[in-house]
Amino acid sequence: MYRTQSGEEIFIIDGHTHNWNAAKDNIANIHGQQFIDCFYGYHSVLSPKDQVWPKEKFDNYGAEQMYRDLFVDGPDDMAIVQSTYLTDFYKTGFNTIERNSEIKALAPDRVIVNGAFDPRDGEAGLDALEEMASKYKLKGVKLYTAEWRGDSRGYKLTDPMAYKYLEKAEKLGIKNIHIHKGPTIIPLDKDAFDVADVDHVATDFQNLNFIVEHCGLPRLDDFCWIAVQETNVYGGLAVALPFIHSRRDYFTNVISELLFWLGEDKLLFGSDYGIWTPKWLVEQFMAFELPDEVKQAKGVDLTLQAKKKILGLNAARLYDIDIEAQKQKIAAGAREKVHA
Amino acid sequence: MSLNGIGREAEVRRALDRVTDPELDEPVTDLRFIDRLAIEGDTVSIGFRLPTYWCAANFAFLMADDMRREVAALPWVGHVEVTLGEHMYAAKINHGLAHGLSFQDTFGNEASAELNELRRTFLVKAFQRRQEALLRYMLKHSAQQGADGGPAPARTAEALVSMTLPALKTLPLDHDGNQIRSRYLDRRHICAAPGEPLAFVDAHGEPIAADSLHGYLQALGRVTINTEFNGALCRGLLAARFNEDGEPSLADFARMPARTA
Repeated sequence: MYRTQSGEEIFIIDGHTHNWNAAKDNIANIHGQQFIDCFYGYHSVLSPKDQVWPKEKFDNYGAEQMYRDLFVDGPDDMAIVQSTYLTDFYKTGFNTIERNSEIKALAPDRVIVNGAFDPRDGEAGLDALEEMASKYKLKGVKLYTAEWRGDSRGYKLTDPMAYKYLEKAEKLGIKNIHIHKGPTIIPLDKDAFDVADVDHVATDFQNLNFIVEHCGLPRLDDFCWIAVQETNVYGGLAVALPFIHSRRDYFTNVISELLFWLGEDKLLFGSDYGIWTPKWLVEQFMAFELPDEVKQAKGVDLTLQAKKKILGLNAARLYDIDIEAQKQKIAAGAREKVHA
Repeated sequence: MSLNGIGREAEVRRALDRVTDPELDEPVTDLRFIDRLAIEGDTVSIGFRLPTYWCAANFAFLMADDMRREVAALPWVGHVEVTLGEHMYAAKINHGLAHGLSFQDTFGNEASAELNELRRTFLVKAFQRRQEALLRYMLKHSAQQGADGGPAPARTAEALVSMTLPALKTLPLDHDGNQIRSRYLDRRHICAAPGEPLAFVDAHGEPIAADSLHGYLQALGRVTINTEFNGALCRGLLAARFNEDGEPSLADFARMPARTA
């Protein structure tokens, strides 16, 4: 919980977190090593200096640490944990749903675990998805379209098999499709950033929500154009938000464009934990005001109400979370610590 | 022309100054991508590195190709070797470069875009970004210039979109303005047809309507947002990867004048 100076409580749902394992003994090859090294680069470049972790901690922080960073030291009331497999790079996977369930076990009322699928798994993968959905009661999945698989360098949401998976997801009640479209790793060329495939599937699957993580940066212009036409496309702020610390003017530009094109009802906060921790992100976001000239030029504002939506209300809507009921459940939990 | 070693190295560096990272629109030398330069007789060996192991292979290939082309154009150079280090495709790219293969031939089925198209796409983005910087600069600074007692050309939208190229070239500007103008003029030919009298045209070479200038600038601004995103990450990641001094400095972002929108 975040409490404003006037005492108002703001319910925080962290829409994008991970519990990964990139410890040395889990790394399968140089790609796995370079992948986590690159994440650490993001972490150390955009975090405030006093928030930079030692590399060993970053490689494998574990569920207990994650619990503290999100819910004890951090302001998160709830967190959505995304699963990413990367089994070509990590022996037991990067952050599999089993691994992510460790944090769910520590805070069952606070954590939503999302699954994943990959259309290249073919028909067998459809059954696996069904099994995963019933075991974990999935409401969402995370897709990583640029993931390597053998000789394949990724897939598109418009591939026929991807359609089968999306149809299956809809049947299984998995209505939130988080798609990594951003400063992606492993692109052979910049087409891996392309957000155009989201446009097609968003039109064809009106009952699904498509949350484009990282707002398609660095293809923000294309993303905004798609999102403005499709009512079921949302923007996840992970990676865009950390710029608030070291590149405030830049963040101002990005958030004002997003508010103009998508509006305050379509944006979701995400820390991208463990790349960044939610405490400083939420504090800086709450303290942030759009400059008057930007408000006038773009005709947008980032009011307290808009911040509340971005930090929790929008995700609550997508995931059918009853915030009042949730507050009571959390208050009843023994490990609660109100974040001022 | 100096033919001693130091003089030749300086010539090579100047040639490399003309090679830009296509997406960031900054010289590979300023970005500190070049990490080795050796000259032996008429052979020049250049080593370069990128911010991450994962940087897009087509961009790496394009920059290497540009480096080879610029340096090979020096009259005393007979042979140029360009080598990429610490990259997931280093072996493949270096093999392609050493054998004079195209990007397509180097990557076969994995490559999906022709390099020349890609080069053009990013030159247009560079044009747009540089033009936005200049237009915003001129809109912002018109008032001050009049107050200094110098000539005060009316920088209304109408005046800007109808300004001729010679008028732009001879316009008195301060130091920053001068730099922003020359950066734009260096890329103007990407979109302006030869002989085009107007100083400013859009990406299709068409005149810009005065009443749509505001919206036009907003659209260009989104190109800049993408570029700056990459720029901030790339510089930071390079520094982090090779343990060089800390964060990118403010100067990295000073190329765009402050937004007054």
